[in-house]
Amino acid sequence: MRYSAFRLFTEALRGNRGWQPAWRDAAPRRAYDAVIVGGGGHGLATAYYLAKVHGLRDIAVLEKGWIGGGNIGRNTTIIRSNYLLPGNTPFYEWSLKLWEGLEQDINYNAMVSQRGVLNLHHNDAQRDANVRRGNAMRLQGVDAELLDAQDVRRMLPFLDFDNARFPIRGGLLQPRGGTVRHDAVAWGYARAADRLGVDIIQNCEVTGFRIQGGAVTGVETTRGPIAARKVGLACAGNSSRVAALAGLKLPIESHVLQAFVTEGLKPLIPGVITFGAGHFYISQSDKGGLVFGGDIDGYNSYAQRGNLATVEDVCEGGMALMPMIGRARLLRSWGGIMDMSMDGSPIIDHTPVEGLYLNAGWCYGGFKATPGSGWCFAHLMARDEHHPVATAYRLDRFAAGRVIDEKGQGPHPNRH
Amino acid sequence: MRIHCPHCGPRGHDEFVHHGDAAPRRPQADAPDAAFHDYVYLRDNPAGPYRELWFHAAGCHSWLVVERDTRTHEIRSVTFARGDA
Ligand SMILES: Cc1cc2nc3c(=O)[nH]c(=O)nc-3n(C[C@H](O)[C@H](O)[C@H](O)COP(=O)(O)OP(=O)(O)OC[C@H]3O[C@@H](n4cnc5c(N)ncnc54)[C@H](O)[C@@H]3O)c2cc1C
Ligand SMILES: [Zn+2]
Repeated sequence: MRYSAFRLFTEALRGNRGWQPAWRDAAPRRAYDAVIVGGGGHGLATAYYLAKVHGLRDIAVLEKGWIGGGNIGRNTTIIRSNYLLPGNTPFYEWSLKLWEGLEQDINYNAMVSQRGVLNLHHNDAQRDANVRRGNAMRLQGVDAELLDAQDVRRMLPFLDFDNARFPIRGGLLQPRGGTVRHDAVAWGYARAADRLGVDIIQNCEVTGFRIQGGAVTGVETTRGPIAARKVGLACAGNSSRVAALAGLKLPIESHVLQAFVTEGLKPLIPGVITFGAGHFYISQSDKGGLVFGGDIDGYNSYAQRGNLATVEDVCEGGMALMPMIGRARLLRSWGGIMDMSMDGSPIIDHTPVEGLYLNAGWCYGGFKATPGSGWCFAHLMARDEHHPVATAYRLDRFAAGRVIDEKGQGPHPNRH
Repeated sequence: MRIHCPHCGPRGHDEFVHHGDAAPRRPQADAPDAAFHDYVYLRDNPAGPYRELWFHAAGCHSWLVVERDTRTHEIRSVTFARGDA
């Protein structure tokens, strides 16, 4: 069923009784050409592009829980491509371009809203860093505008500009950045993949791999064994555990990141704002809630919930940036478990096991990467070669000394 | 989450700095590159009991080995890291 304004209109007249489930609840078959482990944004996007771009038809996505229950439904919905390093920028820019055409492509309203992402600076050194980043972006064909304090004041008059400790001196704006309804991305890709014949199998946890002579021949699952000569891992947050089932040890630690939403307010914040003096970022959802977050908690965790010290730290950041936030009531907060990699950058690569491919290490920035990651991972799985914009995301880059460390923090996952 | 520092007593975890897995051991200087790669970059990252290093930055400046369950954050034991190796 195609979604359209006409369809909406006729369904409204018929009491909305004609809508059908957006995708089939498939049962696992014995064998597939390709199996994707993990039904988050990245896994679903990979399956979709494998079918759409590379013509594969016999594909399954195996999800241990339900579609949308992982980080794809837990993130703060920000998309952007304001990266500094050459290994990153082309990839994230390609992903942003895919976002720009996504809704037409998958016939699903994902509420892609390019409302702008503004990174504030508070002193000369930060301004210099923003100038450098903005120049690097523009050299690589990405939009970036440097704003001074007056420009920011016109845009966001409610910020605490003359804060004695963290005065706002300006910021770097990426006008094409913004937000996307995260759940709709999962549902939209699931529906689009399903329409191309992909089996989306929920409540199906992968518990082991079948490997013969160094090549993968299938997976063991809680719903029985499934044969496949190509298996792609897209298990954000659980990559280490799943890869360990195939005997692999990854340059990754799992960490918890929290997010917060206030009660609904009238339109207040036009775009996405990030505070430069602490770690705090905020936007407003279309329902009106202020959506914000900050640093990861900083210790390894699989608990999907964080601690109060981080709540306090994030809220202090909010109060320093826009004191009026103290009058809003917090409705919800939650945590998600992410793969924090050793250099803060992701991995899209082969593994030492033939036919087993790895998509991991997305840290707290993998939502914006969803279309690009699916596109490049599908390319790798279908053609056995790296997509030109994702050649730097190699698993052996740590051994080879080609790390992609945007923040220059060294091999400490909790500092990226 | 509270960490019972053997020197200072129970304190909020925000007084401490987390320094990751306590298991990796620095290889001998003449060990092959692969051994250093493992030591610096590869981690078991278990879901369950985990021995990790914390530094009591806003307290006594001790390095501690904390045994904690990464699924529940429950802390089983805290000892001084000195003498652990
Ligand atoms: C609080 C928070 C805020 C964030 N904010 C942003 C943001 O604003 N912008 C941004 O770009 N990024 C953000 N991120 C990061 C982003 O959400 C993730 O990097 C991204 O969603 C990860 O990819 P995914 O969607 O495929 O993950 P997931 O949705 O987590 O998918 C992985 C799936 O694998 C499944 N799985 C695991 N093990 C198995 C198994 N053995 N068998 C079968 N299935 C398995 C899991 O159940 C899960 O559904 C945020 C993350 C969090 C937690
Ligand atoms: Zn102490």
